[in-house]
Amino acid sequence: MTSQTLFNPSELIAVLPEGILVILALILLVVDLTGGRNTSRRTLGIITACGMLVALIASFFVPQGSWGAMGGLLRNDTFAFAFRIIFLIGGGLSALLAVEFKPVRAGGEFFTLLTLATMAMGLMAASNDIIMLYLATETASIALYLLAGFMRDTPRSAESGLKYFVFGSVTSTIMLYGLSLLYGMSGGQTNYAELAKWLMSGKEGILSSLALLMVLVGFAFKTSAVPFQFWAPDVYQGAPSPVSGFISTASKAAGFAILIRFLQAVYPAFPVAAAGSDVWIRLMMPVTILTMFAGNLLAIMQTNVKRLLAYSSIAQAGYALMGVTAFAFASASGDQINRTDAIASVIFYVGTYMLTNILAFGVTGLVVQKVGSEDIRSFSGLSKRAPYLALAMVAALLSLAGAPPLVGFVGKLFLFRAALNNPALTGMVVAGVINVLISVYYYLGIVRSMYAESDAKLVRPVLVPQLSGLVVAGCALALVVTTLAATPLWNLAVDAAKSLLN
Amino acid sequence: MLNGIPLHWFLLVAAALFCLGLFGALARKNAIAVLMGVELMLNAVNINLLAFWRYVNPAGTGGLAFTAFVFIVAAAEAAVGLALIISVYRNTQSIDPEKLDQMKL
Repeated sequence: MTSQTLFNPSELIAVLPEGILVILALILLVVDLTGGRNTSRRTLGIITACGMLVALIASFFVPQGSWGAMGGLLRNDTFAFAFRIIFLIGGGLSALLAVEFKPVRAGGEFFTLLTLATMAMGLMAASNDIIMLYLATETASIALYLLAGFMRDTPRSAESGLKYFVFGSVTSTIMLYGLSLLYGMSGGQTNYAELAKWLMSGKEGILSSLALLMVLVGFAFKTSAVPFQFWAPDVYQGAPSPVSGFISTASKAAGFAILIRFLQAVYPAFPVAAAGSDVWIRLMMPVTILTMFAGNLLAIMQTNVKRLLAYSSIAQAGYALMGVTAFAFASASGDQINRTDAIASVIFYVGTYMLTNILAFGVTGLVVQKVGSEDIRSFSGLSKRAPYLALAMVAALLSLAGAPPLVGFVGKLFLFRAALNNPALTGMVVAGVINVLISVYYYLGIVRSMYAESDAKLVRPVLVPQLSGLVVAGCALALVVTTLAATPLWNLAVDAAKSLLN
Repeated sequence: MLNGIPLHWFLLVAAALFCLGLFGALARKNAIAVLMGVELMLNAVNINLLAFWRYVNPAGTGGLAFTAFVFIVAAAEAAVGLALIISVYRNTQSIDPEKLDQMKL
């Protein structure tokens, strides 16, 4: 027995937010069944959002510390807390946007799956054991496969779900094989700290590098990093817009959470190098640069807005990977302050990117639903048909591009600063700046379409349903508010990074 | 009898099974065959985990618990995968992954 202690009921508080979400999922199913046909999607969506809010409040009461909860399966540090908040806000906003997204017909199952995916992501961010890592990752993924293919009568959505499933299950099984090798090599340990202890002793370097590479395949899929980015455009284009927004933000953030925690805890490069830790440090920079270019260069050629946003989100993952690269290099050189800075910049970036991209996909969903086409031309003259919607879209796109008054600028500033702390990374920063310039071109293409072009066939105003309008307005406002509140948010991110490195 | 078989035999069988599964998942032109390939890979992992558990740390329960969870995940994945395959088939009358090309550049 690895842990002889009996289950301690007080440990339940360590999974309080997740427990609330499971109860919420059951409530949604029961309400959907007992309410009959009269239960409106609106009710279910609002119940989901309220439940997520309760879980959000509850997560403030989870004691934070480096102790291993649930027999060492989870580590509820500030890092897990910060990511949990990101997932819960993302899940709540996606649920509210899905309420008035007509193509998703059924109600109960949709919101139940969304809730369960959010729950599993919270566990991913806190997982401190390879069993928990795999189980949480798969729980989130399986729910997301179904959500992506939820519009069963739409060929594109069904195709999107199947493609997501095929790529996802193959990559996650490769990751699992790597985990099984780690389990065997470490003398039958599953806990991160125990694995690290074994790797520190430096035995079987090649085999541990192989295991690491296989595990990285799974992480690269989750974060849509090169060379495992090719699924993203098809999946985001075919999936219902609120789901695309959710997969491209919360699921990606969860990928970064497990990536950083696993690399930091199992393959630490500092203070004592673990066997195999040189592999990921060397890999990070080329992967980062390629991911940025793959996203941005292909985004230029897109005429489909959802597909364009999909490529843009690959590029955004590339920017966040710059922070992970900075972390890798700071680890290798033993620079404690820069490690904290680099991780904090990633957390800050994925958190604010979540608001921005959910807004972008939300507006796209509203426009596409109204016009019936996903082509960029369906945005022509949107400034006249729906001035506020167009304004919100401009805010989202400029924030994605990194324009100064919006939070995307602050996030990129932190990432570039973290990377510039190490002279060896200057080349990557230059590549990052080039990529930001490329991205301005296609983001402004949509803005031009909305403000400078007009289409004789598209004159009727786009009516925005009340609830979606509130979410869009809230997100757009949040892009400015988070800029003003950047200092406290940054401090939270730094606390989270420190708690991880403790 | 089991004690007569060295650990690496199990690992080799698992590795072979994993490669077969991976090849099947990548090369087959039928979504159900792809799903079967994934199941083979998962079973290879199970052989790995159980062999490691038996030879490396029989006193611990980590390997057994991990294997049980892999089984559960495999079952859930198969259910979801088949559901998605059926929904694609209803739309396009085909389950060839290469013919899934509604979305292109």
